[in-house]
Amino acid sequence: MTSGAVDRETGLALYRQMLRIRRFEERCVELYSAASIRGFLHLYIGEEAVAVGTMRQLRADDAVLATYREHGHALARGVPMPAVMAEMFGRVEGCSRGRGGSMHLFHAPTRFFGGQAIVAAGLPQAVGLALANRMLGRDGIVACFFGEGAVAEGEFHESMNLAALWHLPVLFLCENNRYAMGTALDRSESETNLPIKAASYEMPAWSMDGMDVLAVADAARLAVDTVRAHGGPVFLEARTYRFRAHSMYDPDRYRDKEEVERARLRDPLVVLSRRLLDDGLVTDADLASADRDAVAEVDAAVAFAEAGGDEPEADLLRFVHSERSPS
Amino acid sequence: MTEQVTVTYREALRAAIREAMLADDRVFLMGEDVGRYGGSFGVSLGLLEEFGEERIRDTPLSESGFVGAGIGAAMGGLRPIVEVMTVNFALLALDQLVNTAAAIHHMSGGQFSVPLVVRMTSGAGRQLAAQHSHSFENWFAHVPGLRVLSPATAADARGMLAPALADPDPVVLFEHASLYNTSGPAGAGDPVDIDRAVVRRPGQDVTLVTYGGCLAKAVAAAEVLSADGVSAEVVDLRVLRPIDWETVLGSVAKTHRAVVVDEGWHTLSLAAEVSARIAEEAFYDLDAPVRRVCTAEVPIPYARHLERAALPSVERVVEAAEDVVGSG
Repeated sequence: MTSGAVDRETGLALYRQMLRIRRFEERCVELYSAASIRGFLHLYIGEEAVAVGTMRQLRADDAVLATYREHGHALARGVPMPAVMAEMFGRVEGCSRGRGGSMHLFHAPTRFFGGQAIVAAGLPQAVGLALANRMLGRDGIVACFFGEGAVAEGEFHESMNLAALWHLPVLFLCENNRYAMGTALDRSESETNLPIKAASYEMPAWSMDGMDVLAVADAARLAVDTVRAHGGPVFLEARTYRFRAHSMYDPDRYRDKEEVERARLRDPLVVLSRRLLDDGLVTDADLASADRDAVAEVDAAVAFAEAGGDEPEADLLRFVHSERSPS
Repeated sequence: MTEQVTVTYREALRAAIREAMLADDRVFLMGEDVGRYGGSFGVSLGLLEEFGEERIRDTPLSESGFVGAGIGAAMGGLRPIVEVMTVNFALLALDQLVNTAAAIHHMSGGQFSVPLVVRMTSGAGRQLAAQHSHSFENWFAHVPGLRVLSPATAADARGMLAPALADPDPVVLFEHASLYNTSGPAGAGDPVDIDRAVVRRPGQDVTLVTYGGCLAKAVAAAEVLSADGVSAEVVDLRVLRPIDWETVLGSVAKTHRAVVVDEGWHTLSLAAEVSARIAEEAFYDLDAPVRRVCTAEVPIPYARHLERAALPSVERVVEAAEDVVGSG
């Protein structure tokens, strides 16, 4: 599978972005074992190309919604890594002040609306954010990431219908990693062709190779341009695969080790680095330098989180209600 | 106070919506049949013609979808009023209201607010049986992050919407279905204090604590009791979260007896919370145990006599009040 043209600068930027997410999450696994991070930890390892290739096509005034597997989306969107790591530690310096944790990363400055741990719940909210853009005369769009498990929920269908009926600027980006927790798509859906479902709501819908970040970037650019140009929704399916178990609690009994090993052959970092090396755009030294930078950034984020403070228990009840009126 | 005119509860709601939409372009109404149909209870009749389809927005039958869209629209800078036909249907949107609207401000560390108003009918009395008649106010009043209102008069119907829209956090507003055709005085520009309960009728011997569709029953019971020489004070909670305990406990400190009247089912009802709080904080003020008059533990039946038998009645309130007065 080949994808379109790429230059050195873009290729290297995409590689560095995926790598920093990979190194961040690998460190999270270690910190989880060391009990610095608790709760659920859903890893994006293997799926990095989807968030990285898509997020590059968005503008600062666009809004982003994601799921509980959203470390990669937050980092690719520009949420500072120290604030994300501090959130994993439950620190007050975390991007949600330690109130959200791994599954509820939020960041108003980058219009990152979370961090939703109810499958499909973000879709109606994406519709509403897009409606606000329309009614307030703003031209930003809304990118809503969700897994293929969400298509079984009623809210998926309700949101597809509303967005198309009201012609709202939403990019519905379905990350099909083939398993809803442990249930394979063909064991939960009578129709496994996901774009067909979306197309039935009268919106453009297609699939892309989610393991090739260049393919993702091309498809996402077309999708985002379509949403911007026509104002209505687009559905894009990324065919991807998660290399790790669903969460740290998951013994991963429902899929063959061979299947996982086969998928790893198309690791998005390997797919891209091979392409860039083959095209003579980067050297091994460039890749090694990117790795050193990623590790250094993660080291700094961990140091920041470790040095962070705890929200005082006296503030337990803060943020149940707003402390000041929004204008 | 502005000039008072007598209007129906329905007209008061419509005037409040209209006034809010004229005052702020960010306010809009959406829900099932709010536009062409005029609202399933006629509340929004005529508003589509005045404000157009963008702002009086008919939705498909997808409660979770359009309530969730209301949350997104509120986070995006609008001031949505979302109408859900009945609280029974609102259960389809409970996830959005509880897991997102009520929680997102907290779980985002205060970064995102949801200035959303959700209106819905509740309550029985029209022989609509077990899927259109229930009172789940307590389900919503249980949830931190929500404010829950229950206007029982035309004046409250008129005056609660503006402060609800001004609240930076989600507000759920219950309109008891038996109230739409009732009338009362209501003036423009009389906002209700949505932190406070109100004493609807002063009295000395027993406090009747109630809200919503049961207020009229409590007031009627107070009239009957008065004829028997018992002076009942009627407290209309009207704000079901946060409950104004100062007013409730202040009344009990004066009368030393309390009957809580609530159309919810008896077990784990709002009345249960009110009773527990009185027992915890006003135990030594009491001359008699607190009594509750609630709905019988049965899905609301269709047949008129059975429905009536299930619900709190004036007679049951009088009986309970006489019982606590007699025992003290």
